[in-house]
Amino acid sequence: MRGRPLLHTAYVSDQALLNTMTKKVVVGLFVVILALIPFGVVPGIGFLADADWLRLLATVCIFAIGGLGLNILTGLAGQISLGHAFFMGLGAYTAAWLGSSPGAVVGLGLPIWIWLPAAGIVAALVGVAVGPTAVRVRGLYLAFVTLGLVFVGEYLFRRLVTVTGGSQSGRTFPSFEVRLWKEEEPLISFVADGPWFGFDLTAEAKTFYFLLVLTVLFVVLAKNLQRTRVGRAFQSIRDRDIAAEIMGVEEGRYKLIAFGISSFYAGVAGALFASFVGRMIPEVWSLFLSVQFIAIVLIGGAGVVSGTLLGAAFVTILPRLVQDFTAWLSDYVQTGEGLFVWLADIFISTGVGDWGLVNTQAGVAPGLSVAQLNQVLYGLLIIAFLIFEPLGLYGIWLRIRNYWKGWPFTY
Amino acid sequence: MTFVVLGQTTPSDTSALSTVLVEGLSLGTIYALLAVGFVIIFKSTQVLNFAHGALAALGAFLVSASATTLDIPGRWIPNAPAWVTWAGAVVIAMVFMALIGAVVERVFLRPMVGEELFAVAIITLGIDIVVRTITNDFIGQFPRPMGDPLGIAVLDLGWVRIAHTTVLQVAVALVAVGGIALFFRSRMGIAMRATAFDQETARAQGINVGRVFSLAWAIGAGLAAIAGLFASLYPRRASGVDQASAFLAFKAFPAIIIGGLDSVVGAIVGGLIVGFAEAAATIFLGQSVLGSGFPGIVPYLLMLVVLVVRPFGLFGTEEIRRV
Repeated sequence: MRGRPLLHTAYVSDQALLNTMTKKVVVGLFVVILALIPFGVVPGIGFLADADWLRLLATVCIFAIGGLGLNILTGLAGQISLGHAFFMGLGAYTAAWLGSSPGAVVGLGLPIWIWLPAAGIVAALVGVAVGPTAVRVRGLYLAFVTLGLVFVGEYLFRRLVTVTGGSQSGRTFPSFEVRLWKEEEPLISFVADGPWFGFDLTAEAKTFYFLLVLTVLFVVLAKNLQRTRVGRAFQSIRDRDIAAEIMGVEEGRYKLIAFGISSFYAGVAGALFASFVGRMIPEVWSLFLSVQFIAIVLIGGAGVVSGTLLGAAFVTILPRLVQDFTAWLSDYVQTGEGLFVWLADIFISTGVGDWGLVNTQAGVAPGLSVAQLNQVLYGLLIIAFLIFEPLGLYGIWLRIRNYWKGWPFTY
Repeated sequence: MTFVVLGQTTPSDTSALSTVLVEGLSLGTIYALLAVGFVIIFKSTQVLNFAHGALAALGAFLVSASATTLDIPGRWIPNAPAWVTWAGAVVIAMVFMALIGAVVERVFLRPMVGEELFAVAIITLGIDIVVRTITNDFIGQFPRPMGDPLGIAVLDLGWVRIAHTTVLQVAVALVAVGGIALFFRSRMGIAMRATAFDQETARAQGINVGRVFSLAWAIGAGLAAIAGLFASLYPRRASGVDQASAFLAFKAFPAIIIGGLDSVVGAIVGGLIVGFAEAAATIFLGQSVLGSGFPGIVPYLLMLVVLVVRPFGLFGTEEIRRV
């Protein structure tokens, strides 16, 4: 079927994950570029090979996995959840309990191939256990049940000091090292510099590869879920729950499955996040983290896997860009000259007595700090996307794609 | 100071029960004020307002700013007694908050009329982040005094001690609720009830639905300002409004759910229930193995129990669906 990429003559080719040649080529190229990033050889984005950018990209991977989980629950099955942070915390502390070596806080010192899946499974089990309450209440009331979950969870995490280390010091989490059992030397370590297959790689690069492979795995799983019986059941519940039940979709059962799968993703993401950061206090798993994931799903585009990936990248990298931009602007105001300096000076305040919207030296002058500016931007972006582009970044991409699909014609 | 400070009584103390009553009333009226505003907004505009706590904190900050830093209206009437200028500052802050509420509705929520409830609720989450961050930046690192003339004065009735602020708070709450009850009988109030019942039909009857929306947000934000004000006074806060004030409303949400999302009476009852439960938990369980954080989640545990038994709250309208 050369030249007619949208003509499918077989069900298999129609339902394929990458159903056109273009998609295959582009996705393949994208994965190759991602794999080459740590070497800094890709023209234009060589700076991504810096250690701090690699860490940022690793965070993108973790948030993408968590975001995919919320996307399955909210985007695919249409259930509101503010409780994502709670399930992430559950996963993180399961991982810590099983994977950390014993010390001031409990730890069993088990290898990664036990604690990582266990983090997901425990979170999923708890998700299914609290599910009956969540299935009984509908719509807006569900938002409040999951909100309650976050607060009760935060209390429990703070209270169970033997597991979580408490609010004062927090606890450490197991690192990305593969062992067969509890031996001293790890079989593969993703957190130590050293050569791999003849390439000399830093710890950041190895962590990035590890998380990238996991992300690709979870993306394929999530993408595949959409075309299974379960995925179609989710979408029918989202679109019209009563109609779905008339067609024989057991609403309660599939909502439970959605909660389970979503919590599994959240648990794994939580374990990865905690062990990536290394040490964490229980207050991390708060409502704000949940809202961040809602932002990822909504800014990316609800119900679309590629949208969630875009959203995760956007939400994670935005603070860094804002930070760089304000630092550059502050520098420019102080050293540059011309009309634009005057304009920029309205926006930024650089010292005592200088008024501005943003303040690069927190506490010295009035204005929002850079962290606060980031929060305000999150809020405004959530609002703006919901009002102007409910399909999110994916919707924007869709319009660009459709424009070029028909180019030079407009239809 | 001889006032019984929270959590320092022993369960065997005979005054513990009366303390629970006073504390519960004080907490409960704050939650009820927040919940009533929330429910009025939800019923008349179909918007679930997660930004309510941020609005309350902003209101408290405005009171603080106009009563102390800016000294409005005190600077224009230099010889007036302190309580007059303070009351003036509170009224000015309330009017400002009502305006802010109406503006927020007009700018961010009017474009979303008729959209899915969930999408609109998430927008208010975004508004919450924006308003809360900016308010916290205004407040700064340290608590801001409210400039109230009542201070920490206490009314001693023998069997119980009530802070003057609590007396004022209950009185204001009663006036507010009475005022709302009267308002619902007025022409505009009937228009609001009609809009709550069915927006399209109300519009077909010649009701200016847009104006009802603005008014509902103005009332809700004004009530939030009062709640935020009293939540920042003694005995709730020692030294005024601080950065944690915005999280207050997260304990009012369980009150709303317990009462039922769309019932004003339910909001008041729910608010009082949550207030008394939290006060009782603080005084009887504050020192127990459950830890000092436990009373803070009592509202949520209560909410979960109520939702399991009655999925639409105590007074909420049951949504009937059969397959």
